[in-house]
Amino acid sequence: MLAHLPILQVVVPLMAAPLCWFLNRSKLVWIFALLVCAATCTNSTLLLIEVMKSGTITYELGGWEAPWGIELRIDKLNAFLLLIISTIATVVMFAANTSIQKELSEDRHTLFYSLYLLSLTGMYGIVATGDAFNVFVFLEISSLSAYALIALGNDRRALWAAFQYLIMGTIGATFILIGIGMLYQMTGTLNMSDLAIRLVDVGHTRTVFVAFAFLIVGLCLKLALFPLHLWLPNAYAYAPSIVTAFLAATSTKVAVYLLIRFTFTVFGISFSFTTLPLQSILMVLGLVGVFVASVTAIYQQNVKHILAYSSIAQVGYMIIGYSINTSTGVMATLLHLFNHALMKSALFLALGAIMYRIGSVQLSQFQGLGRQMPLTMSAIVIGGLSLIGVPLSVGFISKWYLLIASVEAGMWSVAVLILLGSLLAIVYIWRIVEMAYFKPPLPGRETVKEAPWTFLAPIWALVIANIYFGIDTRLSVQVAQAASQSLFGINP
Amino acid sequence: MTSSLALMLQLTILLPLLATFAIAITAKKPNLREAVTISTSLAVLYCVINLYQAIKAGASIEVSWWELMPGLEVSFVVEPLGMLFALVASFLWLITTIYAIGYMRGHGEENQTRFYICFALAISAVMGLAFSANLFTLFIFYEVITLSTYPLVTHAGTDKAKQGGRVYLGILLSTSIVFFLLAIVLTWLISGSLEFTAGGVFDDKVNTTMAGVILVLFIFGIGKAAIMPFHRWLPAAMVAPTPVSALLHAVAVVKAGVFTVIKVCIFIFGLDLLPKLPTTEFLLYLATFSVLVASIVAMRQDNLKARLAYSTVSQLGYITIGALLATSSGVIGSAMHIASHAFGKITLFFCAGAILVACHKSKVSEMRGLGYTMPITMAAFFIGSLSIIGVPPTGGTWSKWFLLMATVETGYWVVMVTLMLSSLLNIAYLLPIPYHAFFPGKDEKPEKNTIKEAPLPSLIALTITSLGCLIMFIHPQPVYELAKTILTVSGVSHGQ
Repeated sequence: MLAHLPILQVVVPLMAAPLCWFLNRSKLVWIFALLVCAATCTNSTLLLIEVMKSGTITYELGGWEAPWGIELRIDKLNAFLLLIISTIATVVMFAANTSIQKELSEDRHTLFYSLYLLSLTGMYGIVATGDAFNVFVFLEISSLSAYALIALGNDRRALWAAFQYLIMGTIGATFILIGIGMLYQMTGTLNMSDLAIRLVDVGHTRTVFVAFAFLIVGLCLKLALFPLHLWLPNAYAYAPSIVTAFLAATSTKVAVYLLIRFTFTVFGISFSFTTLPLQSILMVLGLVGVFVASVTAIYQQNVKHILAYSSIAQVGYMIIGYSINTSTGVMATLLHLFNHALMKSALFLALGAIMYRIGSVQLSQFQGLGRQMPLTMSAIVIGGLSLIGVPLSVGFISKWYLLIASVEAGMWSVAVLILLGSLLAIVYIWRIVEMAYFKPPLPGRETVKEAPWTFLAPIWALVIANIYFGIDTRLSVQVAQAASQSLFGINP
Repeated sequence: MTSSLALMLQLTILLPLLATFAIAITAKKPNLREAVTISTSLAVLYCVINLYQAIKAGASIEVSWWELMPGLEVSFVVEPLGMLFALVASFLWLITTIYAIGYMRGHGEENQTRFYICFALAISAVMGLAFSANLFTLFIFYEVITLSTYPLVTHAGTDKAKQGGRVYLGILLSTSIVFFLLAIVLTWLISGSLEFTAGGVFDDKVNTTMAGVILVLFIFGIGKAAIMPFHRWLPAAMVAPTPVSALLHAVAVVKAGVFTVIKVCIFIFGLDLLPKLPTTEFLLYLATFSVLVASIVAMRQDNLKARLAYSTVSQLGYITIGALLATSSGVIGSAMHIASHAFGKITLFFCAGAILVACHKSKVSEMRGLGYTMPITMAAFFIGSLSIIGVPPTGGTWSKWFLLMATVETGYWVVMVTLMLSSLLNIAYLLPIPYHAFFPGKDEKPEKNTIKEAPLPSLIALTITSLGCLIMFIHPQPVYELAKTILTVSGVSHGQ
């Protein structure tokens, strides 16, 4: 059983997705999907424990040996990612039943759960696999189901947003495929660790350079790095609330993971950072992204848009940490992956609760909510403070390590810009706070009640996690440190 | 014995924190709710006094909670400066609570439960800050103070309160995030330690230019010390109810700022390194500028609370100057000024609030002849003013004396002259208020027999604090002793 953990992680939700159609009763399907998510969550926890204890686990699919057959390869980095994704997916799923009652018509509920599980399968697959072509396959599974999930949104603009995402996402996926194809052409292998060995000989060829460029651009599109972020705000804003909470906390993280995996494991640090000026390009884009996205967030009227632009800014921080190119920098990125997943899932889920109660997430509709939905709004405030990065929240931990990394590397200006960027977060968060707490309720809205407990429980579980992991950082810091050190070949 | 002292140290932080829950539960019964606050403040005061006696007897009390990140602990230690601050804050919390009961009910304020909860939370953070054993712990509590006082500043919920809150949060959070945090990260990376260490943490690990830059970052970053140009939050915070202005913006919050400045000067840089830095002189003159300009601005304010706010900005400058001068008398003066200014300024704010509650007046120009209707309040105001100015028979005399000594010792004549000048300005903007209150002139006839003082609890509170100002003149020994031990702790031979 223990030996099969890696494949179970992927196969369980994959098998469960079609099974949803047999149950076909909204509530039953929900319970089933929730159980599946919880099972994968347990599975990933076991995997992480196993990996931290005894090192990398490899699993040969169908018993075919590695360079020829497909291999799942779980090391500290992707075990950590699997845990993040599965936990968020489970917690978000908890609120799904309540939320989609309001937002989706009854006949689409099964479809929703089925797509959710498929999208989850795709993400698990991307993270778990050790095979480059497999990455593309799972990427398509997760993306296609994500497009469909977004298109489920009630708002008619959801269709347009999904279409936009479809076009951009497909371009990204195609670029990735081209990159992988070229690598195969040059090396004759698709296995990542095998690629890493064979690329050393052909690393100087133009084909490999081009392959690298295609891969990076494709991934940056997927992770919504400025200026390739245009698909994201609308996709997040018009998707059903649950989908937003789920995707915001997981999908861009997976793309960041792929970026790290390809540059560090497949191409190697010296190729990625010395042969090509990746560091300066990404650093600049990351910084510009932080500022442009944060400033744009300030001017949004839809709270989902505010948080969506904030997500783009946060991706900017992750890329900054990554492009510092030190073990501390990557560690900061990994920490922020974890921490940002906690913040954004809490925030978007809270928005889901507000959507459930008042049917809108326009900023102007937030008037008086501070009094009417005190628990939901205080969750938003705490999540927002975490986003700003005040001490005792997870945001502070990421910011601290990001600062340490940039100052250690002598990048003073970067450190200052990171700090200035977080000031912008104060502005866009405080716009929400002031609207909710300093204005009386709108006429006709006097009777709005607090969100139901099925919302409050997962929201507050995430909020408490935001505080808990800001106080007790042993898990996140240790794992992130171990993962980044192994990427840099440092043995602790 | 030591373990029970360690427990008491933790209780000073935890009790107010727990009280927030008790206050929330008893929200429906105001009398019980206030009883919770008062009994908690009594308990905290009891703990603090016990700790005081213990360290006077030479005990060393340390508590370590947990390691937040590798090498960065949340831990506490009792040392004389923190002790002084904790004593002042916990005593005045008790008094302010008594005052607040009269004020909040007399003024018919809403959301009183939220008010008392945030107040207790702020005090908990102040205690944590006072006893912090390292800069990292201090920073955490510093930010908690900012956030927990925001709902107090915006208590009224009006547009004006919202605007004030924006300035308040905007300046305090931005300075702390951009400058203070950066300074802490730099200190951590260069010296490898954030512990408050006698003689500083830097040793020879840093060149003076770098340390100078860090010092500037610290002084700018500690926005709560309200050095110009980062002082705007303090007048903005005056939209808060008067008890908040009194305790938090005249005592706890701003004192948390200057306390941090002193801590950083003594225990991070060390008194030996400080005068060698190229930026110390610049900061010294900046603080001097702040003292003078704030006094001038204060003169032009007609709103009493605004006038007092600018006066606070000016007085905080004194403390920063004392710390930056880095001599024994400078440190003693600064430490004593924390206590004496606290008592003086809280008295003045209490009076301002009493006047507001009793006759709904907030402008200085409307207060002529008020001495006849509110004799006790105006008398207390007079005593408080004297203490701020620094003349006998009030406590402010001693601290200003030491601060002047420090400027003379170090030969900063410009600073000395400015301090003198500012004291004259203090007279000009404070004393006319009680003077006109008692001697309104011929054209304004005082109404006879219409004594209408503020509610009794408020009156009791302001009488106690004004008496405190007098006692600190007659009996300055305890404060002086504490201030002096700071120097022995920090490893400087005492020159007096």
